[in-house]
Amino acid sequence: MTTGSDKTDLSPALAAGVSVSARRGPWKRVFQGLVASPTAMISAGLLLLIVVATLLAPVYAKHVSGTDPFRSGLSARIKIDGKPTPVMQQSTEGLGLGVTPIGPTWGAQYILGADGQGRDVAARMLYGGQNSLLIASAATLICLFFAAVIGITAGYAGGPVDSVLSNLIDMIWAFPVYLLAISLSIVMIGKSYSFGPFEISSGSLIVPILIIGLVYVPYVARPIRGRVMAINNSEFVMAARGLGIRRWKILFRHILPNVSTTLIVFAPMLMALNIVTESSLSFLSVGVQPPNASWGTILQDGQTLLYSRPWVSLAPGLAIMVTVLLLNLFGDVLRDVLDPKSARGR
Amino acid sequence: MKDLQAVETTTAPILSIRDLSVSFLGARNSWNRVIEGLSFDVNPGETVALVGESGSGKSVTSLSVMGLLDPTTSRLEGSIRLAGHDVLNLDEAGMIRHIRGQAAAMIFQEPMTSLHPIYRVGDQIIEALTSHRAMPKAEARAQAIALLERVRIPNAARRMEDYPHAFSGGMRQRVMIAMALASRPKLLIADEPTTALDVTVQGEILDLLKDLQAEYGMAMLFITHDMGVVAEMADRTVVMLRGRWVEQGPTAEIFARPSQPYTKALLASVPVLGSMKGEAAPLRFPLVDMQTGEARPPAPLQSSPDLSAPILDVRHLVTRFDVHGGLFNRRVARVHAVENVSFSIFPGETLSLVGESGCGKSTTGRSIIRLNNRSTGSVIMSGDEVFALRPEAMRQKRREIQMIPQDPLASMNPRMTVGDALVEPFLEHRMGREAEARDKATRLIEQVGLERAMLDRYPHEFSGGQRQRVCIARALMLDPKLIIADESVSALDVSVKAQVVNLLMDIQDRFGIAFLFISHDIAVVERVSHRIAVMYMGEIVEIGPRAEIMERPRHAYTRQLIGAVTVPDPARRHLRRNQQINELKTPIRPLDFTPPVRRYEQVAPGHLVMVEN
Amino acid sequence: MLAAIFKRLLRMVVVMFGISVITFLIFFATPSSDPAARIAGRNAAQETIEAVRKDFGLDRPLYVQYGLMMQRLFISQDLTSFANRGQKIVPTVMAAAPATLSLVAGAAVLWMLGGVVAGITAAAFRGRWPDKILMGISMMAVAMPVFWVGEMVNLVTQNRLHDTWAFSWVPALGYTPFSEDPGLWFRSMVFPWLTLAFLYIGLYGRMLRTGIIETYQEDYIRTARAKGLTGRKVLLKHATRSAIIPIVIMFGMDFGVLVGGAAVLTEVVFGINGVGRLTYQALKVLDLPMILATVLYASFFVVVANAVVDLLCLLIDPRMRRA
Repeated sequence: MTTGSDKTDLSPALAAGVSVSARRGPWKRVFQGLVASPTAMISAGLLLLIVVATLLAPVYAKHVSGTDPFRSGLSARIKIDGKPTPVMQQSTEGLGLGVTPIGPTWGAQYILGADGQGRDVAARMLYGGQNSLLIASAATLICLFFAAVIGITAGYAGGPVDSVLSNLIDMIWAFPVYLLAISLSIVMIGKSYSFGPFEISSGSLIVPILIIGLVYVPYVARPIRGRVMAINNSEFVMAARGLGIRRWKILFRHILPNVSTTLIVFAPMLMALNIVTESSLSFLSVGVQPPNASWGTILQDGQTLLYSRPWVSLAPGLAIMVTVLLLNLFGDVLRDVLDPKSARGR
Repeated sequence: MKDLQAVETTTAPILSIRDLSVSFLGARNSWNRVIEGLSFDVNPGETVALVGESGSGKSVTSLSVMGLLDPTTSRLEGSIRLAGHDVLNLDEAGMIRHIRGQAAAMIFQEPMTSLHPIYRVGDQIIEALTSHRAMPKAEARAQAIALLERVRIPNAARRMEDYPHAFSGGMRQRVMIAMALASRPKLLIADEPTTALDVTVQGEILDLLKDLQAEYGMAMLFITHDMGVVAEMADRTVVMLRGRWVEQGPTAEIFARPSQPYTKALLASVPVLGSMKGEAAPLRFPLVDMQTGEARPPAPLQSSPDLSAPILDVRHLVTRFDVHGGLFNRRVARVHAVENVSFSIFPGETLSLVGESGCGKSTTGRSIIRLNNRSTGSVIMSGDEVFALRPEAMRQKRREIQMIPQDPLASMNPRMTVGDALVEPFLEHRMGREAEARDKATRLIEQVGLERAMLDRYPHEFSGGQRQRVCIARALMLDPKLIIADESVSALDVSVKAQVVNLLMDIQDRFGIAFLFISHDIAVVERVSHRIAVMYMGEIVEIGPRAEIMERPRHAYTRQLIGAVTVPDPARRHLRRNQQINELKTPIRPLDFTPPVRRYEQVAPGHLVMVEN
Repeated sequence: MLAAIFKRLLRMVVVMFGISVITFLIFFATPSSDPAARIAGRNAAQETIEAVRKDFGLDRPLYVQYGLMMQRLFISQDLTSFANRGQKIVPTVMAAAPATLSLVAGAAVLWMLGGVVAGITAAAFRGRWPDKILMGISMMAVAMPVFWVGEMVNLVTQNRLHDTWAFSWVPALGYTPFSEDPGLWFRSMVFPWLTLAFLYIGLYGRMLRTGIIETYQEDYIRTARAKGLTGRKVLLKHATRSAIIPIVIMFGMDFGVLVGGAAVLTEVVFGINGVGRLTYQALKVLDLPMILATVLYASFFVVVANAVVDLLCLLIDPRMRRA
């Protein structure tokens, strides 16, 4: 009983000369889109390099610079051109009082100089990088998780649940982000907590991770909620309801997969944002606490040495700039590949 | 054979296209030819129609003439001469100075988005007037008002100050026409100007264009897929298929004696209003062989409706939506989308619900299956009161009524393969195991005319007609008793439309399924229906057997609707409908409105008409 | 209409009330936060802590403390600081406001001009080198933390190149009110303005560029070209006019948030004693009344900015005026 296929009705893909192996699933297309972009590949590669470098921090500290970046080296001496030189030297600036750490030696030890406590800046940079990246990634995951839960619940359930959640989100968002972060940090820092079997020691990284993760939840939850509502009202969800598919199935098979793209697009952006936020908080002494290092704390250390030993401030700033730049470049390509509005041959 | 008629005229054509080829830059830096070897002329004062289906290249042709294609991604070869200028060799400044808004003007398909939303309508027209010559403000304003009046917009002086969103689709198109006329162009290019408009509005716009053409003496290049519009508007016609022209000549010739198979197929696929006179039952479209041009007469329907008891009985259905607006999103009004609608459908029968946008026909379909929660009334489906069912019972009842939507792409999850989409409802209703589901899906996909390998593809990889077939297969997976076809063929090309309509009638023949066919296209409705119901402003104004409604319409609106339909008969070239300019109303009412009580009068067996107050 | 405005105002008040409650709870009610211990300082003796508690009225029930503070803040306006006894809160905040306002207003002018010009130019030359250079600079601007940029600027203008003709006019870090010495006020604000604006120029430039390019896909741009309008007219009059709307909205929000004190990092780096710096200092020493006041000050501006932006939307986008 066939009525004949549509002979004048060529699939536009075929008509345009694209090969039939263009039959690709949505995720494969995303992957191929990323691989095809030199920007995405280069930035991803460089980011990977940075991560690996920070992971090699112990190796560097032990074999290259030979110093312990966590111990003050106030009385240390190193060899420069064969002559032993103290790391902290008599200051020649101003009134000649106090001590100034040595500047970049461009050698293996203290390649970028020492900080106010005589520690090797380069080694601390690598260790600090670990923490900065760790905090940013963990905070991103926390943020995405909570934003997804809240956004999806509010968007799908609607009604009073949505009202309550939306108002809560709006209220938190009305609190200026930085002030909220600083406030929470001040209150929670320097103390240890225990919830049953879990114990969070004072000065743990979990505190900044939680705070940075939570303050940006409204920023992500609102668009997620919007997207869920849009999908809920879309034709194919209506079609699914018309077919008698149950609500839970609709949520998991139809809504979630289509919201996941929005979440993924947020990831690199959030990471970049979190790196900057962490460095700002640590700069104000309300982020990562000593003796832990992060790029932000190094910047804090470098404040007093800004005019005499600028490299202590220059290095972490450049590191942050490069990392954020790479994340943004990668994120742009990711968004182009995932965003349904971008022009695609169809 | 292809027949390029040599036109013996003393005046040169205003537009002369010779061997035009257009290519677009595609993926992986390859060039795709979309137009090949196109040649035709447009003489001063005449209307030439460029007709074809999607992918034929007709729109690209018009954009090439105006130089609106992106020069970095398109390549044009051949020659286009317009009012003495060699268009393909003009640079951007030359195009602006001589062609765009000067010798030629263009109006587009989507009036809703073609006007700038942030500038007043009057200012946009003044901009068109002053784009090529300086004019004092007062004079420009006066001319703009005159133009609005010429396109028959009432209260022109006051409406100059309005923004586009205050105008309906038809009015916006008139504003576009006014802007196009600002420079008194020698050639007006109209790219599907009425496709997005309602039938009655289309009639008015076509009349307007005919009048303006006579008044201004300008030539028109009219691009369309609708053979009825071609017959009414065009002196000569060029038929395009996949970037090439297959046939061109005087319109009357093409319609009376088409020589090419494609032209014959196209004409055979167009339902002619009034051609069903004398036919007792709905009729399939004749199929034309693409190679030979032979037409096979349609096989008659085998089955007929079972008139013993209705399968669906709708009584006093009411659906109303709140309208929020203003600064603080309060409830300001209510849309009476469906107001007191009653009808029944018998097994194996097709009842069509016909009307223009905003009449409530689609809402009726969705209300019946409870896809919105704003309805009251009674809907009895094979004995059960649908509105009284609890959620789980309702979910199971959905098996019996399925819907085929208007936009097949939007109604499929872009991340699911076609096979998964077909199997999902079967498994969800526990009709069997996975293997049985796959079997049934394979059977159905082949029955709707596709190949089983397509089950592994994603929706975006199909064409429009194929997607619609997939949606039909999906609906059939649940063995429904009634199918609601909500404008299911409206967005399809002419030839594809005919094939899909035939498929629907095959399904009815074979499975005895009843159809609620919702459409604005009366000509198609005439072919497929046993009975027709006409809707206006949320109410049924007339209902009855097809022959009664089509041949003896009683309600004023039904008559207006039927009168507005374009008929592919070139003898109607100089027809004027002379209808009142009616802004198509929407049933938005103030919050305290109580609808009037309506009476219906039976004028013939089964034929009811709403009595006008 | 009036009822709707009233409802809106009520909502604003409710939001601010909510924020004050949240702030209060954060500092007074988080587990293991003992304000008295913090004020008394580390390693204070137990008696000292108790004395502090009594002194500051911290032994009263929470809602009483909250009520008292709000009453003193708004009604009698004699709320005093915990850190500096006798310092009145409200006048202190008011005295710091002009500094923040000078910083943010000046930077705002710069970044709007810069961002709009950059966005339009980049969109006009899309794909060619002016676009690539502008977008490259924008991406870098967005990637550099604002306080780091400030530090680098200081390094150059205050220290390394301070004695050259280029930067010798830059005064020492700090703020001079306009009323005292306009010239000095201007010279000391130039680099803070540039630093703060740099980030936002990058942000807005990119947004506007993307917005314009997306607008070019719209049907009404095609109509404008078909009318025979020049490329420049289409870009400036048609495309930019639509694309600028989201920029204006963002500007309203950003300006509001910054004036309220979010420019704390810039203020700290350049030694400007504005509201942001004041907030930060109050937070560090846990000067609770000051914290409450500054946080309310900041949230007030956020809430007002929201309302102003909604109003602006109606003015610049006629589509919103429907119904």
